[in-house]
Amino acid sequence: MNTLKSITTKVALSLSLVLASGLALADELNLRAGVTEISKSVYDLHNLILLICVLIGVVVYGVMFVSMYLHRKSRGHEPAQFDDNHVLEIAWTIIPTLILVGMFIPSYGVLKEMYNTENAEMTVEVRGYQWKWEYKYVDEDYNNSFSFFSNLATPRAQIKNRQVKTETYLLEVDEPLRIPANRKVKFLVTAEDVIHAWWVPDFGIKRDAIPGIINELWAIVPEPGTYRGQCTELCGKDHGFMPIVVEVLPEVEFDLWYQDKVAEKIALDQSKKSQSDPEFLTVSSGG
Amino acid sequence: MSEVVHTGHHDDHDHGPEKGILRWLYTTNHKDIGTLYLWFSFLMLFIGGALALVIRTELFQPGLQFIEPAFFNQMTTNHGLIMVFGAIMPAFVGLANWLLPMQVGAPDMALPRMNNLSFWIMPFAFGMMISTFFMDGGGPNFGWTFYAPLSTAYGPPSTTYFIFAVHLMGASSIMGSINIIATILNMRAPGMTLMKMPLFVWTWLITAFLLIAVMPVLAGAVTMMLFDIHFGTSFFNAAGGGDPVMFQHIFWFFGHPEVYIMILPAFGVVSHIIPTFARKPLFGYTSMVYAIASIAILSFVVWAHHMFTVGMPLFGQAFFMGATMVIAIPTGVKVFNWIATMWRGSMTFETPMLFALAFVILFTMGGFSGLMLSIVPADYQYHDTYFVVAHFHYVLVPGALFSIIAAVYFWFPKWTGKMYDEALGKLHFWLSFIGVNVTFFPQHFVGLAGMPRRIPDYALQFADFNMLSSVGAFIFGFSQLFFLYVLIKGIRSGKPAEGLSWEGAKGLEWTLPSPAPYHSFTNPPKVS
Amino acid sequence: MNNRVDQQAGVTRTVKKLCLVLVGMVGFVFALVPIYDLFCEVTGLNGKTGGQYTYVESEMEPDLTREVRVNFITNTNQGMNWEFWPEKGAMKVNPGTIHTVNFFVRNPSSVPTVGRAIPSVAPGLAAGYFHKTECFCFEQQLLAPGEIMEMPLRFIVGPEIPGDIKEISLSYALFDVTDDSSDLIKEFNNRLNTAVAAY
Repeated sequence: MNTLKSITTKVALSLSLVLASGLALADELNLRAGVTEISKSVYDLHNLILLICVLIGVVVYGVMFVSMYLHRKSRGHEPAQFDDNHVLEIAWTIIPTLILVGMFIPSYGVLKEMYNTENAEMTVEVRGYQWKWEYKYVDEDYNNSFSFFSNLATPRAQIKNRQVKTETYLLEVDEPLRIPANRKVKFLVTAEDVIHAWWVPDFGIKRDAIPGIINELWAIVPEPGTYRGQCTELCGKDHGFMPIVVEVLPEVEFDLWYQDKVAEKIALDQSKKSQSDPEFLTVSSGG
Repeated sequence: MSEVVHTGHHDDHDHGPEKGILRWLYTTNHKDIGTLYLWFSFLMLFIGGALALVIRTELFQPGLQFIEPAFFNQMTTNHGLIMVFGAIMPAFVGLANWLLPMQVGAPDMALPRMNNLSFWIMPFAFGMMISTFFMDGGGPNFGWTFYAPLSTAYGPPSTTYFIFAVHLMGASSIMGSINIIATILNMRAPGMTLMKMPLFVWTWLITAFLLIAVMPVLAGAVTMMLFDIHFGTSFFNAAGGGDPVMFQHIFWFFGHPEVYIMILPAFGVVSHIIPTFARKPLFGYTSMVYAIASIAILSFVVWAHHMFTVGMPLFGQAFFMGATMVIAIPTGVKVFNWIATMWRGSMTFETPMLFALAFVILFTMGGFSGLMLSIVPADYQYHDTYFVVAHFHYVLVPGALFSIIAAVYFWFPKWTGKMYDEALGKLHFWLSFIGVNVTFFPQHFVGLAGMPRRIPDYALQFADFNMLSSVGAFIFGFSQLFFLYVLIKGIRSGKPAEGLSWEGAKGLEWTLPSPAPYHSFTNPPKVS
Repeated sequence: MNNRVDQQAGVTRTVKKLCLVLVGMVGFVFALVPIYDLFCEVTGLNGKTGGQYTYVESEMEPDLTREVRVNFITNTNQGMNWEFWPEKGAMKVNPGTIHTVNFFVRNPSSVPTVGRAIPSVAPGLAAGYFHKTECFCFEQQLLAPGEIMEMPLRFIVGPEIPGDIKEISLSYALFDVTDDSSDLIKEFNNRLNTAVAAY
């Protein structure tokens, strides 16, 4: 009895080890959980639906494999001749319907939350260009609105394999988008030329950037850090070379940076105005 | 397949085929035209496959090794276009040509001369499309979905050729569909009511209606592009008050039914093969027919699930999510019916059955990932990543393509009068099965990890799975060359096949001798 | 063989019917364009705004209990080289009250250029409540080299706007349509020539 017990313990132990390592691996192979509440609820939704699919798969494939094993001619199995069974047919119409309803309800909940753009504390316009991003910080006072481009920073030599590739290969830019932590930031996504798509996987947000049309997105990022994404709509030759980098700064640090940028922008405007014609000066000062 | 000509001894005294190349140019015989379609699609499979291997070679490692990004985009675009319009669709039309008249007991298609025309348009259409590679600015490079304005204001000069090629393919498909519907509705043997038709006939009847409904939509979309490019209109041009998103709505209004055009005939093929090798009648014939019909109807109200990221209002997103999920129900019914057909049968596992079973397993996996993609919040994370690439390759390669290969093995004896080498066939199956999974399964993982599709170079964390995927692609690609060898060997030196080539085969085509005579059912058979 | 003749007649009938279906589908495709526009206008899909709005003061009850923030976003598209900016980046308004905001364009180049501004509203659902009584959208605008123009926008946010929309973004994308507007350019050159001749 004792040996049996020890064997079962050993089996259970090794099984749980396999399971644990499997889970660890699965984590690496699975969707990223991300850092925002939205991305985490998307991750949970993804896991739920994956689990449902796996369970259905186990049942369906299980029955199929059992049948392939048992009902073979080589085992001398004689074929039955039935070709319908109403109870079964009704069951496998109704049960999937119920499962689908069960999937739809939580999905709709998350979707509704994603569409809630209320009470954003700041707005950034995101514009796709062939092949870079522009970020425009929208301020109530237009004179304070500043913008900059965000270009791929990976050197050509790395892409052409003449230099060792660094860890952030193709996911690095010269100037990242900077936003504050813990504040609701609204993104207005649009494009200059063709359709692009702006995606930050860790925030769980993606939207097409379409010329002439603006789309809304939002995020509240609790943890400061650097988050990377890529353009996800084919936009021509260098579609693969226009990454998105978002640097989330602690609130105080962000405010300081923002003030600096505004001051820089105003100084630049002043120097431009003094150089340009007087008419320009008078009209724009009305704003 | 083309060896029908050398078998010579017909049982009847009808005219045999002409000799030489003219036979193929002038033929109005459904078997000849079916053969032409099948070989043409096989050639296109190799061209499209070669482009895929160029893509996979470049993606073997991070960095740009072999080709430049601009050329890479031409590869992905033409791979998609050639596989969809050149390989899968014509292959199914080829099967329809060969099988429909024999399965409904008709002597030929209803409109044999139009049949000839609809085939011979195809080589010109694809010749035109492939020739754009050699033009200034290169071929189409805007993805097989050719979204405006990338394909209009920003397209290469050769786009006009591409537009005309699409028009030609559309004309060919529409003529083919009219022919198929006219044949099925009017030429059935006495006694064969609609609900007695074999399932392949049913699936093609519904597919042909889908084609007639949506091919004009595709033609309309490319015509609007043509006008935007050359005649200053602004259908899709935001500057002129047009809307680039409207292009996507119109395209996917065509595109989603198109997806089912490529899979419904596959359902038909599998519904013939599984009962044959399970030696048991198909489970739930009636529910199968209704399931196909409802899938076809639903396909018109789900198009926007390809566009969840364009920024539709909440209720629109919810509607398309719900409608898409509903499709899982009839699709599930089909899978359950196939498994119930196997249940308590007496199964053997010849090559066609192996491919059909792989179809059921792997197509269902594509269905699962499709269900996941229908969940809008999760779709934001999957959209335009390799997860989508994995999804649609699972439904199109081990789905549509495996069913075509299964059909070729299954009806090969009927077409050629010879048996293929079973051992080689099985080897081909296992190579394909392993190849397809090694290629596409890892793509789920890189997709979830965040790799966008249609990029020529990628970040380092995606490297391992991409390498694996490339290895799989080469295994899969070369196993199709092996398929060619198996077929040629079968045609040349296969053992003679019996009329009833498979023990459990049912249907009018199996009442004919093998190979099927050049003119069959000149006197309609009686169906009880 | 009567059977065969019947069959042929059936085939002809089927083909005729299918051709009708085909013609119907072709018509449907081109009908899709107006259907789509109508659909967008009704549902606010893609943030398309309606046409000019006729404002009758007595018909609209101002709602002073709440405020809606309106962002003004200006963009130039497809290489358009004009400068384009709003008088203010954003403003808070009470639904039902009328407001004016000026937009400015300047042509910094040395050639006359024609521009056209395309509006878009986000969220799309707000488009139906954002009424413009005076606007420059969709109009072709010619600017001489160095010229600056002030373009006013008068708008009302409808008081029936749902309470959960607290912020509206109005964006103008400015496109260069000089190539499509040869008439305007010709007229400009004529006037220029007359002016030069008179001088």
